[in-house]
Parts: sequence; C-alpha cells; structure tokens
Amino acid sequence: MIELRHICAAYGDKPVLVDFSLSLPESGVTVLSGPSGCGKTTLLRLLAGLELPQSGTISGIDPKRTAVLFQEDRLFPHRTVAQHLTDVLPRNRQNELDDWLRFAELSGESNQLPCQLSGGMCRRLALARALALGGDLYLLDEPFTGIDLPRRRRLMTALRDLKAPVVLVSHEPEIAELADHVILLDGPPLQVKL
Amino acid sequence: MIVAVLFWLLVWQLAAGTVASPLLLPAPLAVFSRLGELAVTSEFWQTALLSLGRVALGLVWGIVLGVVLAALSCTFRWADTLVSPAVGVVRATPVASFILLVLLWTQRGQVPVIIAALMVLPIVYGNVTRGIRETDPKLLELARAYRFSRWKTIRLVILPGVRPYFFSAVTTALGLAWKSGVAAEALCWPKVAIGTEIYYTKLNFETADLFAWTLVVILLSLGLERLVSIAVRAAERRGQHD
Repeated sequence: MIELRHICAAYGDKPVLVDFSLSLPESGVTVLSGPSGCGKTTLLRLLAGLELPQSGTISGIDPKRTAVLFQEDRLFPHRTVAQHLTDVLPRNRQNELDDWLRFAELSGESNQLPCQLSGGMCRRLALARALALGGDLYLLDEPFTGIDLPRRRRLMTALRDLKAPVVLVSHEPEIAELADHVILLDGPPLQVKL
Repeated sequence: MIVAVLFWLLVWQLAAGTVASPLLLPAPLAVFSRLGELAVTSEFWQTALLSLGRVALGLVWGIVLGVVLAALSCTFRWADTLVSPAVGVVRATPVASFILLVLLWTQRGQVPVIIAALMVLPIVYGNVTRGIRETDPKLLELARAYRFSRWKTIRLVILPGVRPYFFSAVTTALGLAWKSGVAAEALCWPKVAIGTEIYYTKLNFETADLFAWTLVVILLSLGLERLVSIAVRAAERRGQHD
C-alpha cells in the first residue's frame, strides 16, 4: 500500500499540501482530480521522488521503480519517434518497438522528428515512452492533453490492462468516469470508487 | 559574391592609383603578379603548409583543452573555481605579451602553435561552458526520472544542447588562430613560416610581398573555414540521425 502521512509541501513560498495524508489503491487506474493549483502535480512529483516533502512520510513506493509522464511532453528535438522509444527500452526488450509504435498509433511516423508531429501525436509518443520504460507504478500527469475522445477511451483501456497500478492527474470529468478510483483534491482527500 | 569582390578590387585599384606609391599601397595587379611568382616556387608551398600545420595544430589543442576544461568546470565546483579566473586572465592578456613569454620558454617553432591554442581556448571554454549550463533542466530531470546512465544523459541531453555553441566557437576561433599564429611567427621568426616572410617584407620594404603573403593567409583561413564548416554540417546531420 502506498501511503502518504502528514505531508507538507510548498511551491516556492506558497504552501501546496498542508498536513496531507492519503492511501493509494494498489491496482487499477486512479485519477487525481481537482481544480488548478490544488497540488495534483506536486503530489505526483512527490510520489515520483522528484521532490521531497518539507515534512511527513511517503511509504510503499520505490521512486527507482516508477515510470513518470510529465505535464509537458519533454521530447528530444533531435530524436525520431522510434528513437524515443528505443532510448528507454532495455536491450532485451528492444523487440517491443513495433508494439509501442502501434500503441501510440505512430507506426507510420517512426522516422519523424517531434517538430514534424502534431500536438496529440507528441503526447501519445510521450505517453508510450513513459509506459515503455515500465515500472511498479505509473505516474501520469495530464496524459491525454490534445488527444481526441475515442483515442482517450482506447488508451484508458490499455492503461487498465497494465500489470502495475496507474495514478494519473486529470481535471477532465470524462477521464474520471473511465477510472477505477477517483481522488478529489480539494480540501481533505476524498476517495470515490466508481 | 563575385560582384562584391570585383567592387572591392576596383576600390583598391582606385586607391592605389590615387596614392601612386607602390611602397605605400601596391596595385592589385602587382600583388597578384608577385603572388604568381611566389606560387611557382617549392619554398612558397612549404612555407604555407608549415604555417597551416602550426595553426591547425594550435586550433586542435585549443579546442581539446577548451572542451576538457569546460567539462571539468561544469562537473566540479572546485575546477570551476580554479579554471574560470585562469581562463579570464588568458582572455585578457595581450597576445604580444604571450608571444614574448612563450618565446622565452620554448623553441621558436612551437610558439605559434601554443599562441594559437591559447587564443582558441577561452572562446571554446566560454561557449561550451555556456552550452552545458544552459541545458534544459526539464530534460535533465527527465533523464534522472527515466534512469538514464551518465553517458546516455550526456549523449541525448547535454551534447545536442552544446553542439551549436561548440560549432559557433570553432568558427570564431578559426580566424583568431590564424591571426595570432601568424603574429607569433612574425615576432619569433621560425625558419619556414608565413609570419617570418611577412617580417622580412617589412625589413626590405617589399609591400607587394606583404600583400601577397597576407592574401595567402586569407585564402588559407577561408579554405580551413570552409573545411570546418563542411565538417560541422556533416556532424550536425549525423547528430540528427544518431
């Protein structure tokens, strides 16, 4: 069980999470939802070990075994679509390249650079790269930005098929509807099972 | 390009006609004719190639040292504390002081190499340091989060960012290497060198020869610059397809 106990975290001088406690489900897709600035991304970054809390404890998670999708695509301007995927695939899993290209629906664009792709394509590539990395926990920040609804549904189904739990940040109701669990971050965290 | 060259040749011809003294300003035809006379001798080619070799060697040394010191400075704070002020001193020291000092310490044939390297080093060091320090922090964070090895982070994140800074430094340094290398030759007179020939033209009041040798330096510099720019473009293409 991933647990956060009495976490205090700030963004610069501004407190974002104050005495915040939460238990995360061990399986399925969990959506962290809430208004802008409520601390969703900060929470994800804390879980990923990218930031340390000012106080409090996080247990049940190894940051070295998490796969993160950042809010921005963070693609390499000089690397092709295929290279982005092979860069994160270990040597013994390089044969999965075609599967991940199909997952991202970018098989026809494998030799394109990010500047030759649309916003939605870049996002799908960034998502595929994060998932291809693999891990015990997937932390995805706004994974469906710029992706159309039918594709979102397909991708959500794929996320639910992953062996490891997925925590994703989204403030869009249609994403929450497709999730196994929803945690509203506005005041004390409220866990809702759909 | 050709029109511009013709225009400046015309300006030169008009100025030479106005001055009407080959000692002060020889006409273009006289200079080209002298260059033609020099170019048929084996000594000319030996001189040009030896000077080219010295400048190229100095350039390579300057680049290698600049890159290594920049990498050290960006990796270790202590290295930055030690190296940055020293490079600042090298940048600010007049080239003539360096030439005379190095002449005291080494053989005269090595002075142009060392001087060219010393002039190139601060430019490469400054640009590469800036390139490394301006690496996108978000991509560095991604490399950490995605558990990239140190080498993979350098290859995928740092080097692509540094590449334009490095190439810009090399292009700028090239001209400076020539100028400082030939100046060093002119002050310390190695046996076979363009700078030495330039020095003799001053002693013998051979202004046409001075112009001819200067033209040789310009042509060699442009040739080397062209070679470097071809190498840079090839490296950039390879960087995109790695």
